[in-house]
Amino acid sequence: MEIPYTVSTRPDTGLWNAKVGIWLFLASEVMLFGGLFSAYIFLRLDAPPGMWPHGLLNVPVGTMNTAILILSSVTVVLAWAALKMRKYRAYWWYMLATILCGVIFLTVKLVYEWPQKFDHFGAYIKPDALAKYEQYLGNEHAAAKGLPPRLEITGHLHNRTALNDPNIKDYEVALDPVNADPTNPAMDRPHFFYVPPTHKLATIAKDDVERATMFLPTHSAYFASYFTITGLHGMHVLGGVLVFIYMWLPVSKKLYQRNPEHLANRVEVCGLFWHFVDLVWIFVFPLFYLL
Amino acid sequence: MVGATLLAFTAITVALSYVNFGAPKANIAVAMLVATFKAGLVAAIFMHLAAEKRLIYRILIFTGFFVLGLFWLIFLAWYDYPVAH
Repeated sequence: MEIPYTVSTRPDTGLWNAKVGIWLFLASEVMLFGGLFSAYIFLRLDAPPGMWPHGLLNVPVGTMNTAILILSSVTVVLAWAALKMRKYRAYWWYMLATILCGVIFLTVKLVYEWPQKFDHFGAYIKPDALAKYEQYLGNEHAAAKGLPPRLEITGHLHNRTALNDPNIKDYEVALDPVNADPTNPAMDRPHFFYVPPTHKLATIAKDDVERATMFLPTHSAYFASYFTITGLHGMHVLGGVLVFIYMWLPVSKKLYQRNPEHLANRVEVCGLFWHFVDLVWIFVFPLFYLL
Repeated sequence: MVGATLLAFTAITVALSYVNFGAPKANIAVAMLVATFKAGLVAAIFMHLAAEKRLIYRILIFTGFFVLGLFWLIFLAWYDYPVAH
């Protein structure tokens, strides 16, 4: 039995079915990401001064990822246009470009950005022990400049076993530049390009630490929301890429030969989903990376 | 061409984040304005919303209303304090 209204319009809606379906689905996706965004907003507004980090994410890499996703949106529109003009070869190439852009986006995120976070260590110092670590925190300098207080020492943890072993009483940390030289005015603003941890070592006693983890979702509300939103977004990107691969394989050529308008409509509908994913990223990028 | 505009505005977004508009809230407002403009371009032109039928608009009006409702629901917990046991 043929699926009805894949190409012809339904009399009551005036549209072919998949178009109504995908917009309804996108409406529900807006609710999903809207809920997560509102959680982000209120977590951030509620955070005490100094507890919401800035400049922990790599801006040039994030900008490049944004550009890749925008480029993939452009190529998927060109793929659909090629299909409408019945140019299958052009469609095939544009679809391949879209798939590759999506894969590059995911690779950069999952192989570079996320593991770099998992490898980074942060220790929140107890309020009454803050003065003891002033040489690493520079809070007098921050207060004089009207900046929020620094409550965390971050860097590369040399003795990873200290995290789980209660017998080890200190953390050996190769400090991040902001903690190695906290009174330097260059440290008041997050760096544009990523600067790796310095070689300056600090020993932090576990008794002075409120909580210490690698940069995982459990580290702070900031990372919990970052990993949740970008993780869910990444899953949407992956789903989109998988569907595009199906539309690119020879099985789609068979549909093209039978009913090219049907394939064009399928590509349009998947393109709509892909544009929505791009749209979400356009909001995620400034909220997490730039602000 | 729309793609080039989007890429240009991405660069503008990054550049603007380094301009100090006074209060941090102003920076957020500016960034969100630029993001909304970019999102509007994607929605109107890439997603053909500018040429869409009225049924789609009706679905999206409902969506807008419900998303604002979602935000309001979370805001209702604004003044709740965590209870220390």
